[in-house]
Amino acid sequence: MSNEHTSKAFDTDLQDLTSKVSEMGGLAERVIADAIQALTRRDADLAKRVVQTDPAIDALQQDIEEKAILTIARRQPMAVDLREIVAALRVSNDLERIGDLAKNIGKRVSALEGDFYPNKLLRGVEHMASLVLGQLKQVLDAYAGRDLDSALAVWKGDEEIDAMCTSLFRELLTYMMEDPRNITFCIHLMFCAKNIERMGDHATNIAETVHYMIEGRPIADQRPKGDTTAFAKAAMT
Amino acid sequence: MNLATATTTVPAVAHAPIDTAGLTERISIRGLNFYYGDHRALKDITLPLYASQVTAFIGPSGCGKSTLLRILNRMYDLYPNQRAEGHVTLDGEDILSPKQDVNLLRARIGMVFQKPTPFPMSIYENIAFGIRLYEKLSRHELDERVESALRRAALWDEVKDKLGANGLSLSGGQQQRLCIARTVAVRPEVILFDEPCSALDPISTAKIEELIDALKAEYTIVIVTHNMQQAARVSDFTAFMYLGELIEFDTTSKMFTAPGDRRTQDYITGRFG
Repeated sequence: MSNEHTSKAFDTDLQDLTSKVSEMGGLAERVIADAIQALTRRDADLAKRVVQTDPAIDALQQDIEEKAILTIARRQPMAVDLREIVAALRVSNDLERIGDLAKNIGKRVSALEGDFYPNKLLRGVEHMASLVLGQLKQVLDAYAGRDLDSALAVWKGDEEIDAMCTSLFRELLTYMMEDPRNITFCIHLMFCAKNIERMGDHATNIAETVHYMIEGRPIADQRPKGDTTAFAKAAMT
Repeated sequence: MNLATATTTVPAVAHAPIDTAGLTERISIRGLNFYYGDHRALKDITLPLYASQVTAFIGPSGCGKSTLLRILNRMYDLYPNQRAEGHVTLDGEDILSPKQDVNLLRARIGMVFQKPTPFPMSIYENIAFGIRLYEKLSRHELDERVESALRRAALWDEVKDKLGANGLSLSGGQQQRLCIARTVAVRPEVILFDEPCSALDPISTAKIEELIDALKAEYTIVIVTHNMQQAARVSDFTAFMYLGELIEFDTTSKMFTAPGDRRTQDYITGRFG
């Protein structure tokens, strides 16, 4: 018994899919880092480049989708092979959404005007983004290396990001109440923070997918939630 | 309903517990061994076959799946030096007992073979022949029984105007459906299919699969197939066999998406050997 299919071309098909997903993951990581840098440094050029990268991510997703459908049609995959293909489809979907969210941050950077640019808030966003980036990197490694424990760690790690997002919202609200002129900026930043938090959710989704791909069943535990306060509920609905 | 019995699991089949609520175990195979002379072809097989469900036997050539199927209606009796040991019961009645009336057993447990085997006689006689062996019916009743068997085998519309034509004049797919009609005509309780579609084109295959689906409400169906997709399509339960052993038995949905045993996975994904 071996890990290889009797049909070698089938192995190649599956490897192709995995490497395309990894390539897409690399692009997604880059646009997140660039979008955050553009936001914190008010770099309109970099923000523009983030927006321009999105079609490349979309194209990769389409490519993965076509390849997955073709492989299903040609090979009629079963069991772990079928789960691998479904996982590639799901992960590429999440990565595509992450790309969209980064693009949205890029667009907001271009729209930001005025002198109000409180460093403390931006550090907060930056820190949150670095956490999300770490999560995404870890979960993509878990996907490529078929590492169950690592995927589970990511799945459990989303709590901290949610909690940070909630505290950032609280702070932004204070700024807005303090001076209505801050509202435009704060709203933009609030959406940026929300986008980053969403990226974290997508990393969690990917962790769930990796678990399903390896184990053939969904994660059974209840995931810890970081946003259970009444304030968070009011702010996020 | 008593909760304790509603979720009973199948004991002695050492695999994932299966929710068998509402299922009746029609054929029970327990600790079955089979020998071709000195060669032990089946090793300690324990397996339930449920009423109104389709169970597929899969596994590489020589794994014992056809042997197992041939035990269920004592086909092996036709050959010397072949013997089965263990317990196989149909509704509690011992199939392996020497006292068992084999002809009656084969009327209760019908079989459809890999190659269509119509008798060299008319379409009508192909079906009436078997019925006459077991029952005395009036001409009218016989006509009705032949028609109903042909209808159940989804062949009636194609042959109703040529019932006198030779069975061998039909196409391969029609011949196989004729054989199914012949099996159904004697009103069996269990139907065994031994690779029923391996010699058929995709359309005929689809018709046979459709038929299996329609028949399963009334019968207990067992199918041996080399075609993984076919097993996945038509069966409710799947048993994977290898080198005479039952490696895994589970619901088909579980077996083909997330099998529990590495050997099952390697086989159904095409990694074997």
